[in-house]
This record gives sequence, C-alpha cells and structure tokens, in this order.
Amino acid sequence: MLTVQMKKKLEHIELDVAFTVSDEIIVLFGPSGSGKTTILNCIAGLAKPDTGKIQLHDVILVEDKQTFLPIQQRKIGYLFQDYALFPHMTVWKNISYGMKSKAFAEQLMKELGIDHLRDRYPNEISGGEKQRTAITRAIATEPKLLLLDEPFSALDEQARARSHEELLRLHRLWKIPIILVTHSQQEAEKLGDRILYLHDGKLQRDQPVK
Amino acid sequence: MSDINLSPLWLSFQTAGVATIIVFLTGVFLARIIARNQFFGKGVLEAVFMLPLVLPPTVVGFGLLYLFGKNGILGRLLLDMFDFQVVFTWHAVIIAAVVVSFPLMYQSASAAFQHDDPNLEHAAYTMGASKWKVFWTVSFPLAWPGLLAGLVLSFARALGEFGATLMLAGFIPGVTDTVPLAIYFAVESGNMEMATFWVIIIVALGFTAIYWLNWWSKRNMMRYSQKQHHQ
Repeated sequence: MLTVQMKKKLEHIELDVAFTVSDEIIVLFGPSGSGKTTILNCIAGLAKPDTGKIQLHDVILVEDKQTFLPIQQRKIGYLFQDYALFPHMTVWKNISYGMKSKAFAEQLMKELGIDHLRDRYPNEISGGEKQRTAITRAIATEPKLLLLDEPFSALDEQARARSHEELLRLHRLWKIPIILVTHSQQEAEKLGDRILYLHDGKLQRDQPVK
Repeated sequence: MSDINLSPLWLSFQTAGVATIIVFLTGVFLARIIARNQFFGKGVLEAVFMLPLVLPPTVVGFGLLYLFGKNGILGRLLLDMFDFQVVFTWHAVIIAAVVVSFPLMYQSASAAFQHDDPNLEHAAYTMGASKWKVFWTVSFPLAWPGLLAGLVLSFARALGEFGATLMLAGFIPGVTDTVPLAIYFAVESGNMEMATFWVIIIVALGFTAIYWLNWWSKRNMMRYSQKQHHQ
C-alpha cells in the first residue's frame, strides 16, 4: 500500500495531491505539464516535495523536511520514458545491474522473450525489445512498487498492444502497486484499475475502471 | 646524429606523464563537481580555469614565478616549511606543464559529464547502486571517450610546453631541458642538425597522438550511439 500526500511548487503550477495505491495499477492521466512526472520523481526520491508525506507499506519515504529516505533504499522500480538503458552494457549486464536473483532475472527474460538478446547492446535491438529489457531490469530488482513513465509512447501500434498484454500478465503474476503515467485515454482505460485525472497539479477525479 | 643526447626526450616524457596524471585527476574531479552544480561565481571560476589557454605562456610563467619565487606566497611557504625551492628544478617543469595543460583536460571533462543523460544515473540509483558504484559503472565509462580526448590533448600540450617552463624552470641541461627548450637552445647555438632532429621527433609525436585520437573517437562514437536498428 502506497500513501501519497504532497505539495510542491513548480514553475507554473502548484502540485497538491493525495491518493493511495494498493496492489493495483493506477493511471495518472493528464495533459503534459500537469505534474505527472514530478509526482513519480517525488515517490522515487529523485525530487523532494515541499511538504507532505509519502509512505510505502510501513516505511516512510519522505515526510516534510525531517525524513528523506535515499533513492537507493526505497525499493522502487522506475521505468523511464526513454528506458534509460546503459548504452555501454549488454542486455544481460543491464538486467543484472541491480538484480536480486539470477534465476528470477533469467525467468523474466524468458517470460518476455528477450533471453536470446542477452549479449546484444541497446543500440542493436528494436524499440519494443528495449522496452522489455527496461521492464525486466526494473522488476529484477524485486521492487515493492513500480513506476512507469509513459513507457509505451515510443512504440508502434503492434509493439504497444503486445506490451499492454505483457504488463497486465506481469501484474497478475506479481501483485505489486503500479503507477502508470500516460496521456492516452485508451491506454488508461485498458490498463488501469483506477484512473486519477490530474489537471494543473490537482486531482480532478479518482475513478475506478470496471 | 649519434652524439645527440636523448635525455631531453626522456625528461619531456617523464614530466608530461606526471603532469598529465595530476591534470587528469584534478580536472575530472573539478569538472564532475562543477558541471553538475550551480553556485555563485561559477562563471568566474571556470573562466579562471580556462585562462592559461589564452594567456601568453610568458604571462603564465610570470604568474608562476610570482607565486613560487623566493618571495612568492607559495614559494615562501615551501621554503619555510620544507626548505624546498621550486624554481629552476624538475618540479618547476611539472608545475608549468600542469598549469598550461589543465584547461584542455577541464574543458574536455566538463563537456563529457554534461553530455551524460542524467536519467541513466537516476536509473542506477533506483536499482540500489551507491554513488560510488554509479560513478564507476555508469558516469565514468560513458564520459570516457571525452576524458580520453582530454588526456591525450593535455599530454600533447604538456609535452610541447615552452614559455612558462623557461621562465619558471630555466634551461639547466640534464635537469630542466625538455625537448622544446632543447630546440630553442640548439638553434641559439647554431646547432641546426640537433634542432632538426628534435623538431622531427616532436612533430611525429604530436601527429601520432592527434591521428590516433581522431581514429579512436570515431570508432567509439559508433559503438555508443543510441541509433536504433530496426529488425
């Protein structure tokens, strides 16, 4: 269970949100500049809220100015929009960078059909393969929460459909809270258990998807 | 030709080598800290770092004499504390080489670290890596092509240093006579054969260094490029 209650002044807007996430996929939906990525960054520890409290299960990640758990200790997987794969490492080196168990990482690679790409470099594989490598790398660290920042935006129609199915399958296999940022309504409805509509830094609606 | 004493060549390599190591460590350290932080006076500090690149070597030499001379701030300190005089020694050759080659290393390192995608480091942090691990496994290897360029340029510059060396270290055969100084004093004394010999050596070394660096950079650029290959 993730509990978020935070305020942060950005250049044009003031972010002021409160929500909770249980072992479900929630979608942060809103136009660009509405503060979606900043929320992810505050949860991951890449940014600090001005005030507020973020708690993951029984661990306080950040509370006002007095508590700030370093990024490394948060156990949060983060899939960046551009995947942020290390260009100088092979697929396997990328995945094993922070993995907990070799067997689990290898099983994930088989699951996502990238085990034959082990020794390739990121610039030698397709966009869809990069995306699957990045998600494998994030899950191999066995995080307690997964943050996905528009992970499908760079994919073509076919690869995107496949990635949607894979994400749902991974979530069924492995129930952890997932926050997905997107600006595609269709994607939000297909993947989300709940959709949080964000506008100018405030939550407009918190709507379950049937 | 057989009577030519090769000691200037070894001296040049030794001093340029030591200077390059010092410049590499300080340049990488300072560039890494300064490139990522915004603070008051950053622009002024960076301009001071780059100054030796544009000043005449005689001005750099003058400044160094002022600092390290018997009555200079650092010179006095070293003399009082260690009974050690820098001017006209092997150490002076190194100091001159360090000061003139530092801007090249700093500039290359600064550019190399600024080109890094910060998300790569963020991704490493989220996977639990310490700052130290992130630096050695991500930041440093990705900056390496730029750092190596700085390393080679600094070495070449240190090898060719003349003006500041002459002012701070003087021309003392067997102690401070690097190749550039040897050329100057060979011409002065009318020994054109020796001067020509050293000129050819220096041109060959400089050419090899730059040629190799260009070749190596091109090869690495291809390897690291994020260009996507569709299947």
